[in-house]
Amino acid sequence: MSETYIARSTAIAARMLGGEMMIMSAQDSTFFTLNAVATAIWQAADGRTPLSEIIERRVCVEFEIEPEVARLDAEEFVNRLSEHGILLVSDRPIPEITPGGAEAQ
Amino acid sequence: MSLLSEMNERAMSLGIPLSVHIDVTYRCNERCVHCYLDHDDKGEMTTQEIKDVLDQLAEAGVFFLVFSGGEVFMRRDFLELVEYARKLMFNVKVKTNGVMIHEAEAKRLRELGVEQVQLSVYSHRHDVHDAITKLPGSLKRTIDSIRFLKSQGLKVTMSNVLMTVNRGDEAATHALAKELGVPYTLDPTVTPKMDGDTSVLTLRVEEEHLDALFANPDLVGSVEEFCKPPAPVDDDALEGYSCSAGHTACYISPYGDVFPCVQFPLPTGNVRKQKFADIWYRSPQMQEVRSIKVKDLTVCSSCSHAGSCSRCPGLAYMEGSMRGPSTSDCEKSFHRTGIPSANMLRKAAMASHGPLVQILPMSM
Repeated sequence: MSETYIARSTAIAARMLGGEMMIMSAQDSTFFTLNAVATAIWQAADGRTPLSEIIERRVCVEFEIEPEVARLDAEEFVNRLSEHGILLVSDRPIPEITPGGAEAQ
Repeated sequence: MSLLSEMNERAMSLGIPLSVHIDVTYRCNERCVHCYLDHDDKGEMTTQEIKDVLDQLAEAGVFFLVFSGGEVFMRRDFLELVEYARKLMFNVKVKTNGVMIHEAEAKRLRELGVEQVQLSVYSHRHDVHDAITKLPGSLKRTIDSIRFLKSQGLKVTMSNVLMTVNRGDEAATHALAKELGVPYTLDPTVTPKMDGDTSVLTLRVEEEHLDALFANPDLVGSVEEFCKPPAPVDDDALEGYSCSAGHTACYISPYGDVFPCVQFPLPTGNVRKQKFADIWYRSPQMQEVRSIKVKDLTVCSSCSHAGSCSRCPGLAYMEGSMRGPSTSDCEKSFHRTGIPSANMLRKAAMASHGPLVQILPMSM
C-alpha cells in the first residue's frame, strides 16, 4: 500500500490561540480552528513524514487513541483541509515551499 | 456566533493581540489634504528591525497584520517585509494608494498570499481626486493598479473619506467601485494631525450631510436596522469596552512607537527599547486603556447610546480625555437615530444657562 504525505500549504495564515490552531485560507477566506489532535497532525505535516507515522507517533501515543479510529479521523481531517487547499496531499514526499518562493534548500 | 467572533472573544479573554497595524513609513508620494501625518522621515526602523518586530508579533499570537503608511511602496524593502511576514504565517492586509503598483508588484503580492489590498479613491473625477492627493494623474494610476491587482485575483477594496471637498461625488465614486468590481467603504471621519493641528477638521462635512449618508442602503445595508433607536443600556453594555484598541489590537509607528490604535496617540512604549510583549502586557498606559469599561466613562456611561455607539476612545483622548466623549461619534449616533447623546444634552444645558456670576446694579 502506498504512503500518503501531507504538507501545510503556504497560501494560508495560521496561529496558535489558547491551545488551538486557527487557520485562514487565502484561497477562499475559509476560517478553521483545529482541536488539539488536528493541531498535532497539522504541526507534523512537514511533507516528509508519512501520514501513517504521524498517526502512530503523534496521535495514538500522545492522545491515547486506537490506531483504526485515529486513522479514520485523520483521513477525514486531511481530506477536508485538502479540499480547501490548506493541506497538500501526495503519494510522494512534498518539497518544502515558502510563500511566494521556490522550494527551500 | 461565527468562528471569527469566537476567536475575538477568546483573544480578548486571553489578552492576545490578535491584530496589529504597522506603518512601515510615513513617507508618501501623495500629499492628501486631510492626512494627519508628518511625512518627513525621522528615523524609520530598518528592514532587520521590522523583521525582528514581526518575529515578536508572531510569538505574541498576532494573526491579522496590516501594513500601511505613508505609502508602503516608498520603502524599497516593502515586498521583502511582506514575504517575511507571510513566512511567519500572518494574515496580511496592505493599505496603499496603488500609484507604484504595476503588473510585477501585483503579481508578487498575489504570489505572497496577501489577503487583501485596500486603496483610497476620493472621487470618480480626476480633477477632484488629484486635487485632494496633490499628485497629478494619481486617480488614473490608482485605478490602473486596482485593475492589475484584480487581474491577479487579489481581493481589493476601495475606501473613500467624505469631506467638504468631495461631497456630492460619493454615489458616482461608489459606481466606479462597482464598475471595477471591488467593495467600497465611505467614512466621514477626519482626524486632527498627529502634532495636534486641528485645521484639517474644517474638511469635515456638515452634520446635516450625515443624515443622507445614513439613509443610503448602498452604504449601511438595512437603513431600518442601522438607524433604529438604541436598545436600553443593560449591565452587559456597562461592563463592556468601547473597542478593541489595547485589548486585542494595537498600532506600531515606523519609529517603533507602540500605541493602542492608529487613531489613539497615547504612547505606551517603543520596540527599539523594549520587547513588544513587555509593552503589550506591562505598559501602565496599555493597562489603563484596558481597565476602562463603559461604566467608567464620565459622560457616556449615562448616555442612551452607551450600548451601541461607535465611540472612539482615541478621538476622545484627542479631545482631552480617554474616558470622555468623542464628539464626532456623538454626532453620528444622533444623526443615525435622531436621539441626542448625553454629551449633546449636557452641552445644550450648559449653553442655556446664563453667566455663573451676575452683577446687577443696586437698586436705590
